[in-house]
Amino acid sequence: MIHLAFDGLLGLVLVATAAGAMFSRDLFRGVVLFVVFGLLMALAWTRLQAPDLALAEAAIGAGLTGALLLDAIGHLRRRRRSEPDDSSVSPDTSA
Amino acid sequence: MKRRYRHLSAGAVSVALGAALWHVVRVRPTPSVSVASLVADALPASGVSHNVTAVLLNFRSYDTLLEVAVLLAAAVVALALRDEPSARSPAHVMYVALDAFVWRLAPLLVLVAAYLLWAGSTRPGGAFQAGSVLAGAAVLLRLSGLKVTAVDHRLASRGAMTFGLVMFLCVAIGTLLAGQALLEYPAKWAGALILLIEAALTISIGVVLYSLFDNAPQARVSDRESERQRER
Repeated sequence: MIHLAFDGLLGLVLVATAAGAMFSRDLFRGVVLFVVFGLLMALAWTRLQAPDLALAEAAIGAGLTGALLLDAIGHLRRRRRSEPDDSSVSPDTSA
Repeated sequence: MKRRYRHLSAGAVSVALGAALWHVVRVRPTPSVSVASLVADALPASGVSHNVTAVLLNFRSYDTLLEVAVLLAAAVVALALRDEPSARSPAHVMYVALDAFVWRLAPLLVLVAAYLLWAGSTRPGGAFQAGSVLAGAAVLLRLSGLKVTAVDHRLASRGAMTFGLVMFLCVAIGTLLAGQALLEYPAKWAGALILLIEAALTISIGVVLYSLFDNAPQARVSDRESERQRER
């Protein structure tokens, strides 16, 4: 029973963090949610008795991909700061 | 009116898809060949006692060979897209706490990677996990401003990147020369060969993943910025 409750909660939080990572307007927030998603996914793999996948997910999915994405955000921010003219692109198309 | 029609059709499609999925999950067909039991039967001859490692590096090692080649190709593309030669480690600023932390953590991470590599033959672990932990350690060093000398060296890093694939290919060619099928290890040597390949792969995967991070375009922008400031 407690296992079922844990798995259900894990599934819900996975979907919530995935949605948060996808739809977040703030890129930094999106990346942090992506890393959280990766760690929870590793937990889910452990629950599914696939520890090999869990290790790979935690190290590559959450760790290295997160670092790469954060690097990309820093790159984008720096570019925006050095070229202030094209930061005025209005994001109204996604509404 | 049109929107409501669209919503209705989307809802109908979702319900139909959900019902189909539910049906498939409920009446799962029994597979005609149980791959898991095939692997379990052949496990004693594979040289390792962990089934995932046995599949990745013995039964389906050709797939792993190609995977490693793909990873190497990605690293080569990243190197080609980088239009600035390296030698751009950020200036090292002293942070006492950060430096002390990194100095203690980095050797520990190398130890964890070695353990994961060794554990791969008997339990979860293996070259990919160990390599990514190594790469994580290198990224940590790089972000804290410390130089990863061995990786910054051009020839050494290229050599380390290709080392795993070269070792894998050598073993593959060796098995052919010995009169076996491609990558069919002799039973006596299987465990040692797998460990050898995995050790080489760990180094290569670590360096490849780190170089993907290292070659991200970062210095280019700051160089451009400093050029602009100079122009002003």
